[in-house]
Amino acid sequence: MGFAERSNPDTRILKQPLMTQFATPASPAPGAAPQSHRVDGPVVQCDNLSVRYGKNLALRDVSATFQPGAVGLLGPNGAGKSTLLKALLGFVIPDQGKMTVLGLDVATSPLEIRARLGYMPESDSHIPGMNAVSFVGYCGQLSGLPPADAMQRAHEVLYYVGLGEARYRNLETYSTGMKQRIKLAQAIVHDPDLLFLDEPTNGMDPKGRDEMLALIYDLAHNKGVNLILSSHLLPDVEFTCDHVVVMDKGTVATFGPIEALKGTHGRVYELRVKGDESRFIGVLQGAGFDVKNTDDDVMRVFIPGSDADGSQVLFDLAARERVQVRHLRPSVPTLEDVFARAVGEQ
Amino acid sequence: MPIHDQGYRRYGGTRSAIGTAWRVMTRAGVMSIISKRQFIGLMLFAWAPFVVRVVQIYLAANFSQASFLQPKGETFREYLDQQGLILFVMTVYIGAGLIANDRRANALQLYLSKPMTRAEYIAGKMAILFLFLASVTFAPAMLLLLVQTVFAGSFTFVRNNLYLLPAITLFSLAQILLASTTMLALSSLSKSSRFVGVMYAGLYFFTTALFQAIRGITHQSTFAWLSPSATLEVVGDIIFRLHPRYELPPAIAAIVIIVLIGGSLFILDRRVRGVEIVT
Repeated sequence: MGFAERSNPDTRILKQPLMTQFATPASPAPGAAPQSHRVDGPVVQCDNLSVRYGKNLALRDVSATFQPGAVGLLGPNGAGKSTLLKALLGFVIPDQGKMTVLGLDVATSPLEIRARLGYMPESDSHIPGMNAVSFVGYCGQLSGLPPADAMQRAHEVLYYVGLGEARYRNLETYSTGMKQRIKLAQAIVHDPDLLFLDEPTNGMDPKGRDEMLALIYDLAHNKGVNLILSSHLLPDVEFTCDHVVVMDKGTVATFGPIEALKGTHGRVYELRVKGDESRFIGVLQGAGFDVKNTDDDVMRVFIPGSDADGSQVLFDLAARERVQVRHLRPSVPTLEDVFARAVGEQ
Repeated sequence: MPIHDQGYRRYGGTRSAIGTAWRVMTRAGVMSIISKRQFIGLMLFAWAPFVVRVVQIYLAANFSQASFLQPKGETFREYLDQQGLILFVMTVYIGAGLIANDRRANALQLYLSKPMTRAEYIAGKMAILFLFLASVTFAPAMLLLLVQTVFAGSFTFVRNNLYLLPAITLFSLAQILLASTTMLALSSLSKSSRFVGVMYAGLYFFTTALFQAIRGITHQSTFAWLSPSATLEVVGDIIFRLHPRYELPPAIAAIVIIVLIGGSLFILDRRVRGVEIVT
């Protein structure tokens, strides 16, 4: 499934067995709208959070708000994304700051929080010696589900993530893509209010990656699950999330709704010139524009706060500096622009 | 509602209280071990001495010619001593992989992302080992006492040796706690269960050999504290009201056992974490 098909739910789910179509007493009746996992207020709130690993400050004075829905936690490797998730899970004790998850203080109510959380770790993780259905059922029981309910939900979520046919196979025989799916299954088996997904598409082939993103999109937008998706891959976050928190070097560079971050403060132009390009870039930057070179000689120029026609400004500058404009067209701002801008501002 | 929308549904059923996840872990661990054929063989081997003792008690109770086989308080001490080897084998067989396998598969972060504390995780793992070790020490020893009462047809032996009930309990507890905490601590140090087994065996045999060597040279057994198994024997003798077999003050022996258990718990506290921090 490609990105363009985001409005279509994952068609693979149609293959699930008839038994999972029956409603249980614990499930909504057929035809009923799915119950919402939405919560009032932010799902996660961090205030002045600092985490230190020995001498290295992994998070420095991080303050951020994660709104309900799908929030991307974006940043390059080493930005502190995984550390932030681990701090929220209570794995890492912060040196300073306060965190609340689903309105509960992480320092005082970690177990209550974890009972309502699902966590899909970045690294390959499983419980040895189990097949998929017993593993997912076991995780459900660890999260508090009775054995019978845990087993039933294990079957259901394994079909949901596309492992229905492989659910009796030992986990050690799974491919990388299947291991990613099983990690997602164990994270959602107990119907969490909030999901932490740490690099969920790592190591997946393009088809598997698209399917995983479609599942995440479906969970967030059709099943009403709040989630935080940590990734360094901008397209993953842009496809699945409505909000983004951009991190860089242990700090929050920017956060907010993706659409708002992309569009409100200026316009982006694709520009190719002939002449002294490096000098012209210097002129553009001197004029307060953000310039980013792409691989194919086309630079992306961000003109902040521009209500007027930015193209005329660029033509005027080019004429003044005696460079020829060979290509100029307004561009659709992407999350990459938001990211580049945010990290650049840092 | 389309069929595909039913693939993931809200859960509105009951949930168990927070703080009970360790029981799930223990149950799963026990079931996983008893499903192994090797384990059945090991249990038969572990209970063979019990059968021999039952025969001994039966003969002593029913045949006057075999009165020399009459059990005494020491008989139960000897029985628990004999079970020491089986305890060692069971500890290695069951305990070596308990945490090491989870570390190999990065399962700790999965466990600790559930509503479970690190202490619960350790308790859940320890309970697995505890149950099996109790099933080859405490349980058969207590059963022997019951068998003796049944075959003798009176409570006279139990009444005359009332100290046996707390003695068996206390000594079994010391044996099991020492074995399970040290094994779990070693298991948390490695990702290879085989290596853990070798480490535990090495610790067991090396310390015993070291103590015996020093004893041979010095002709004194005050260095029994070097060997956990010899130290435990001293503690056992005291608990069973016997003269200590080594010249190690009982207080020192008790302190050594407590330090070993405490040290193991300290290692477990350091090693069982959701994230491994390398600075």
